[in-house]
Amino acid sequence: MKSKLICSSLVAISILIAVPASAALKIGMITTLTTKAGYLGEDIRDGFLLAMEMGGGKLGGVDIELLVEDDGRKPGKGLQISERYIKSDKVKIMTGIVFSNVAMAVVPRVVEDDVFYISPNAGPSALAGKGCNKNYFNAAWQNDNLHEVMGQYVQDAGYASAYILAPNYPAGKDALAGFKRYYKGKIVGEVYTKLGQSDYAAELANLRAAKPDAVFFFLPGGMGINFLKQYALAGLNESIPVFGPAFSFDARILKAVGDAAVGVHNGSQWNFDLDNAANKKFVEAFKTKYGRMPTLYASQGYDTANLIASALKATNGNPGDMDAFRAALEKADFDSVRGNFRFGSNHHPIQDIYVREVVKDASGIHNVTVEKVFSNHVDAYAGDCSL
Amino acid sequence: MLLFLEQVLNGLQLGFMLFLLSAGLTLVFGVMNLINLAHGSFYMVGAYVAATVMLASGSFMLALLVALVAAALCGFLVEIIVLRHLYARDHLDQVLATFGLILFFNEATRMIWGRQPLFMQVPDFLTGSVEIIPDIPYPLYRLVIIGVGLLVAVGLYLLISHTRLGMRIRAGASNRSMIAALGVNIRWLYSLVFALGALLAGFAGVMAAPLFAVESGMGESILILTFVVIVIGGIGSIKGALLGALLVGLVDTLGRAFLPGLLQWLFATSSANSVAASLASLGIYLLMAGILAFKPRGLFPA
Repeated sequence: MKSKLICSSLVAISILIAVPASAALKIGMITTLTTKAGYLGEDIRDGFLLAMEMGGGKLGGVDIELLVEDDGRKPGKGLQISERYIKSDKVKIMTGIVFSNVAMAVVPRVVEDDVFYISPNAGPSALAGKGCNKNYFNAAWQNDNLHEVMGQYVQDAGYASAYILAPNYPAGKDALAGFKRYYKGKIVGEVYTKLGQSDYAAELANLRAAKPDAVFFFLPGGMGINFLKQYALAGLNESIPVFGPAFSFDARILKAVGDAAVGVHNGSQWNFDLDNAANKKFVEAFKTKYGRMPTLYASQGYDTANLIASALKATNGNPGDMDAFRAALEKADFDSVRGNFRFGSNHHPIQDIYVREVVKDASGIHNVTVEKVFSNHVDAYAGDCSL
Repeated sequence: MLLFLEQVLNGLQLGFMLFLLSAGLTLVFGVMNLINLAHGSFYMVGAYVAATVMLASGSFMLALLVALVAAALCGFLVEIIVLRHLYARDHLDQVLATFGLILFFNEATRMIWGRQPLFMQVPDFLTGSVEIIPDIPYPLYRLVIIGVGLLVAVGLYLLISHTRLGMRIRAGASNRSMIAALGVNIRWLYSLVFALGALLAGFAGVMAAPLFAVESGMGESILILTFVVIVIGGIGSIKGALLGALLVGLVDTLGRAFLPGLLQWLFATSSANSVAASLASLGIYLLMAGILAFKPRGLFPA
């Protein structure tokens, strides 16, 4: 009896093993699904899967097996997963990383192993400038872009002075540098806060005393929720307007901030109301499948999948012919939900960037696109790339 | 000068918030000799339950009541199911078990409430500002936190020093086998103390929910500060926790508020900003190191 059971389970296991050995092309996704930031990876993955489902489980007519692993926001873990993908799964295309520190650990290694890495989110400056690579593409943005657009917007709107805040870590410093690259007014305060800080009473008191005309902040995740709630509690939202990148104003964060976010202007390369056919189709399909509003991260995952699909279609599903596949990626021959999209010489997007405003109406709190601030915006590091 | 007063007020407010958390932690450590890393989880439970009840009912007082009961109940169950078996073990085992509890609670909130951070607004009757310093409107809600912290401090003092239960708690802290021999049910006393600690943490969670993001793992960021507080104050001492919390709140707030300006005035370079930020976050640890150098067992060793 016992041996029979073992026999049948062995058979079952061998069937299980045999199934994935079909001709499906493997794509390796390393992303952040746990920790507080887990919803970012979740949305990237869901956007990607949506594109696959709309193609009937295929991308560009090729059967795809998407491998998904959680990096837990840890660079070391991301690296381990990438090595496993390369060695045991023979993956040729990777994507998915949310955070720049994980990307910095993984991307430079895998592109040397003749793997294509297509970023759906993280765009550290080091990989856009001198460290650019022919096998690395970024389908989202260079990290500075969404801060630069706010710098330009606040400048154009004629605010004479600004108070700017970010957490004390590399991405925070890049954010304020990006803002200052385009904002030429007076900076009356440049404050670096603790990473993960919850109480901003001290900063808000100083801010009020500095009497700026505008406030720009980059505080991703829960920090931004804390800041906006306390900003409103201090009554500052009635006197000094706030500006920030889209990261603190996605559909999920707005739900947690509530009325305190209403009226804030924020920079983004995408919004659900962008008027193009691809975007309408995406937003409808995403809402139907997942029952929630897509965030910009979901749109980036979806675009990444469609970018890969376009290159697979052009090369008949053979990323092994690297030169042909790369050339196909460079063409970016797909319908982006952002409308206007192409790659610059450093394989980063040249795209339009918008300013949105948080509004409250009958359907709840959400962003509406206010105006296009940058057309065909090129990142600041493209010139340093030797490609 | 007025700005300085405002920042002192901010420091006191942060201090009282920390006191609510550290009072329970220090009580549990002092009486039960138990290191409880999962203390922040009860804070999180308080915040989550309060946000949920407030969203459903719209009543802050009801949310407060339900959240306090929920946090105390959580503490009670955790004590009976897990911690009761660990009193005889050494601290490392307790640290491991309670660290496991952190992971358990964080994942449990994700399973129950999802990844979406919850929203809780400041109750209508506590919105608005008061100009207690001329020309500087100070949020009423922050003043209420100071008031609540004061009330809890007085309440705890009365409980510990002037009631029979408090007498037993003090007795349990100084000699547990003797009090057991005198016929006091030490097991129930421990469960009660632990539930009281959890209730205080839950209370802090409710007060924090309208100010902070209510999200999975929110307890850990504040837990570290809480441990600094009880180490400074002297482990096991409520009086120490109060003084330690106010010191930490003031040093942290004033450091963040005035160090950047000071360093810029001294050096006038652009890197002064980020150096100041690093120094400001070091401030409370310097304070702790300084106090421990002169008083190795904290300000009020129990």
